[in-house]
Amino acid sequence: MTRIHMAGAGGLLLDAADGAFNDMTQRRIWATSRELNVRADIVQTIPGVNNLLVMFDAVETDPATMETLLRDVWTQASADEIPTREIVVPVIYGGTFGEDLALVARFANLTEEETIEVHVAGRYSVAAIGAMAGFVYLTGLDSRLAVPRRDSPRLRVEKGAVVIGGGHAGMMPCTSPSGWHILGRTDLCLFDAFRPEPGLLRLGDTVRFVRAS
Amino acid sequence: MIEILTGSSLNTIQDFGRRHAMAMGVAQGGAMDRLALSHGNLLLDNPVDAAGIEIVFFPFRVRFHAGMSFAVTGADCPVTLDDLQLPRDWAITARPGQTLTIRAPRQGARAYLTVRGGLDVPAVLGARSTDLKGSFGGLEGRALQKGDRLACVTATSIRLPAAGYGLSRPCPLPPAEGTQVRVLPAAEHDIFTPESLKTLQTAAWILTPSANRMGYRLQGQDALALTRPLSLFSHGILPGTVQVPPAGQPIIQMMDANTCGGYPKIATVIEPDLRLLSQTVVGTPVHFRDITRDDAVQAIRQDASDLRTLAAEISKLRTQLVF
Repeated sequence: MTRIHMAGAGGLLLDAADGAFNDMTQRRIWATSRELNVRADIVQTIPGVNNLLVMFDAVETDPATMETLLRDVWTQASADEIPTREIVVPVIYGGTFGEDLALVARFANLTEEETIEVHVAGRYSVAAIGAMAGFVYLTGLDSRLAVPRRDSPRLRVEKGAVVIGGGHAGMMPCTSPSGWHILGRTDLCLFDAFRPEPGLLRLGDTVRFVRAS
Repeated sequence: MIEILTGSSLNTIQDFGRRHAMAMGVAQGGAMDRLALSHGNLLLDNPVDAAGIEIVFFPFRVRFHAGMSFAVTGADCPVTLDDLQLPRDWAITARPGQTLTIRAPRQGARAYLTVRGGLDVPAVLGARSTDLKGSFGGLEGRALQKGDRLACVTATSIRLPAAGYGLSRPCPLPPAEGTQVRVLPAAEHDIFTPESLKTLQTAAWILTPSANRMGYRLQGQDALALTRPLSLFSHGILPGTVQVPPAGQPIIQMMDANTCGGYPKIATVIEPDLRLLSQTVVGTPVHFRDITRDDAVQAIRQDASDLRTLAAEISKLRTQLVF
């Protein structure tokens, strides 16, 4: 059952989550986002994981009208295929670059080598972009590696850290506090505000991790 | 050209922020007290969202290397241009070589320095605001340091009375006894216990020192609790969102907040009241009060209409100034 909640007077959060992450739902979220983004009365939309935040100007637009529109667009949205690219991410695993590898291995009841192999074997999909500039929430993490996030976040996780947390995989586009676990490090530049397309990854992209040689 | 004489890690160039970059994970950003920045720009006949300096670390000093009109708005600070004391929300023209000093506020927390034309730094992703987390925008993506020199966007000079001019009603600041903000229920509101919903409204939530452009952590006598454990998928969040992490003490998301989060949300502070929070001093109680969506929309529209009226009045006044 899809719920629409207020997010202030000029925001609405459509929450379509129903238990586990649903890929079809996510494709409908993206379709809804794309359709709304071309409208003049929408300021921006932020696709989350099986949810969508919609922002508009409450001076110009009545929230009740916007709520009706959002429900209509969502109801009619189809889970269409969007073009997807495959991005390969080279990773240096373990050691000083992956200080939580041992902890994750213990949680999964695997050796560190097996843990790396499980992470490398995954085919991940960019479900949402956010928190910090260029951070991607990747679905497709092997459930054995679904370690809960740290109880208290580290105050500093380095740019390029390859991380997992709360059932998702990700990479740090900048140095920032984070409660996710660190498996390794990549040199890929995930976000540069001065590039024509600042973010390296787009919604729907497939991500594959490989060991850096 | 103006030269910064006092450095800090907190004074930054801000405009109205980035309206279309949150889907990339980029914070909205922009002035924490938009009304104060707007007042300065209106007094200088600038676009209302021209870039100025948000000052939270005092004393703040700048030297004018050219004659230019400027305004200081926002918090109630002792402000001097060389030896001349300036009233609140005031614009005046400086001569080359003069020094402006803005001292710690008597009331409020943030002052804004605006200059005729607005500060000339490159727009990045649609705004001149400094994004400290992403290290872009403003001046080289960082806070202003001693010795920094800033140029202004070229604009014809405006003629002001020798002693300057200002607003008879400066922008309101929250009283020292406490800041009252109006809230709408957010997504997980109904999953909090009835006692928690009551506590949210009745408690004095003290603003802790963990209060910055990203978020304001509050501390109350009683923790807020859910009726059942929740595990939420990451979702978009806006400035004003009141999140409740497991410890039960609320965090209000501010202009540089992360664009997505996963904590339960009990309420959202309505847009016009965010500036009151931005002017709240650490240690002051914050009180939440429910408002209906209709009343919230009414308040937002009233604010927009008041600003248009003020712009028209200032514009008319300037034609009548006696020199």
